[in-house]
Amino acid sequence: MKRRNLALSIIAIALLLLFLIFADSSLDSYQKRILNLCAIYVILGLSMNLINGFTGLFSLGHAGFMAVGAYTTALLTMSPAIKEQTFYLEPIVAPLANLNMPFLPALLMAGILSAFVAFIIGAPVLRLKGDYLAIATLGFSEIIRIIFTNTQSITNGSLGLKSIPPHTNLWWSFGGAALTVIFMVFLIKSSYGKAFKAIREDEIAAESMGIGLFKHKMLSFVTGAFIAGVGGGLLGSLLGAINPNMFRFVLTFNVLLVIVLGGMGSITGTVISAFVVTSGLEYLRFLDETIDLGFIEIPGVAGLRMVVFALLLMMVVVFFRNGLMGTNEFSWDKLISFLKRKFPFKKEVGH
Amino acid sequence: MTLLLKTDGITMKFGGLTAVKDLNLEINQGEIVALIGPNGAGKTTAFNMITGVYKPTEGKIHFSKKDITGLKPHLITKHGMARTFQNIRLFKELSVMDNVLIANHLHLKASYLESILHLPRYRQQKNASVKKSEFLLERLGLSQFKDEKASSLPYGLQRRLEIARALATDPKLLLLDEPAAGMNPKETDDLTHFIKEIRDEFQLTILLIEHHMSVVMGISDRIYVLDHGITIAVGNPQSIQNDQKVIEAYLGVSEDA
Ligand SMILES: Nc1ncnc2c1ncn2[C@@H]1O[C@H](COP(=O)(O)OP(=O)(O)O)[C@@H](O)[C@H]1O
Ligand SMILES: [Mg+2]
Repeated sequence: MKRRNLALSIIAIALLLLFLIFADSSLDSYQKRILNLCAIYVILGLSMNLINGFTGLFSLGHAGFMAVGAYTTALLTMSPAIKEQTFYLEPIVAPLANLNMPFLPALLMAGILSAFVAFIIGAPVLRLKGDYLAIATLGFSEIIRIIFTNTQSITNGSLGLKSIPPHTNLWWSFGGAALTVIFMVFLIKSSYGKAFKAIREDEIAAESMGIGLFKHKMLSFVTGAFIAGVGGGLLGSLLGAINPNMFRFVLTFNVLLVIVLGGMGSITGTVISAFVVTSGLEYLRFLDETIDLGFIEIPGVAGLRMVVFALLLMMVVVFFRNGLMGTNEFSWDKLISFLKRKFPFKKEVGH
Repeated sequence: MTLLLKTDGITMKFGGLTAVKDLNLEINQGEIVALIGPNGAGKTTAFNMITGVYKPTEGKIHFSKKDITGLKPHLITKHGMARTFQNIRLFKELSVMDNVLIANHLHLKASYLESILHLPRYRQQKNASVKKSEFLLERLGLSQFKDEKASSLPYGLQRRLEIARALATDPKLLLLDEPAAGMNPKETDDLTHFIKEIRDEFQLTILLIEHHMSVVMGISDRIYVLDHGITIAVGNPQSIQNDQKVIEAYLGVSEDA
């Protein structure tokens, strides 16, 4: 059984690698961009699921962490010359002007800075419960956006950053997604992961079993923020240009959509749902544009696809509380027994 | 005899309501002590003060000679106190095994990173926790359900799982809030024996709230009786049974009736 599952896993990974090689060489840049986005949404979704789905904290500050990560990565990877060009309204502050590093350390810095920000705001905010926590974290993410709009000499204000080196490719995004999945599986399996779930299930009981609420909420929050920062860094580098307005609540909402549709508290659900939601959002882009049916032209309504997705989210919350996977996870054993039930073509031995 | 728990005039007020007034408990190591009284007498509130869920409005609590007044519940649990809840509070969606494993988390020495990476120090401690939890489940007759969801267990077994979970924290003092609630006479009888057994087996001291007088009279060394938050009697089962105030409190007879 164990050997079979290992073999299946190796085959699956090999297939994924083959697919990536194929995609990297044969798909056009638009298709590749969507695949990259899907993988980045896996990372973002998992980071939010850790905080909201596994630990049960109602946090809506994700766009803030992503902004910190995206700006950090961009500023650390842009060459001094490009930065000089970009910051034409007001020059960039001295230490940042010449700071330049490769993509990997820049991504790590993005995670670390985002985690640090989470640590600072977590101290007051994580003592709040439920809706209050949601409001406070939402406020935090708006404040980040406003700060970034007004710190001209650090973030270039509302002009944003352009010509961010396009390091993100399929290998980076899928590599990052794979690492995040593995990290999450290990974390959730560990004693700390179980402690997080205990807090989600019943705070009073968890505390009575010796689990320090504040410490564990903080660990989950900071870890989630680290991953979100890295995800934000990958996203910024993929898009090539960022500005504070990108990090409005809608971005948090997209990630929330991913985890609710996939199942709060399911890694598998988030992975599947990241692909479905991201490609769905792209696919439905036509809703925002003018549709020409030949005989009649339907004018596009900007934001209509978000309406469609918001409705979808409402329907899931009302009718399918648990999303796609609930809190269940994929395993080869489950898949095989599922397939056996669906396609019972086993040889029947007569009796 | 060594004194394990001592409350010095603890009082709990909720707005205008005094739920517990001037409670002075003294519990010695190895004793089984019962806290009884009519509904709303303040028994659960007393538990909540002792375990840190509420900070007493007045008074002090000493446990193992340390002042634990106002400490957070998780720190009090680390000092060696564990409890069950009147309205069962299991981690419902998690497995029976996970419920017990989680109660081992407070003893984990491995750091967060060591745990995530499953480094040797973590694996060693985890294996020990798994063994201990399996033993506890076995001991409480829950082994066969270890992979079931906690919420799928019948009521009586959920109560037992709460005890298993509490024991996994390695307590010196175990607080049981109405452990026999909803049990039939046979189950209640079993529970009485069971509480004595675990007291001896795990060298526990037990403070319990209970309405079933058969349990209370059968196992208590001493009994405290609360009524409207006030301690109206303290003594051994015999003296409590014959105490006029207690009888009145339970029968609802008021002085002027
Ligand atoms: N958190 C609270 N806020 C306000 N009143 C409370 C609270 N907890 C308990 N009470 C009140 O305190 C009194 C004692 O309750 P409780 O300790 O639960 O009684 P018992 O466990 O003896 O049945 C009751 O009147 C109850 O309504
Ligand atoms: Mg009670």
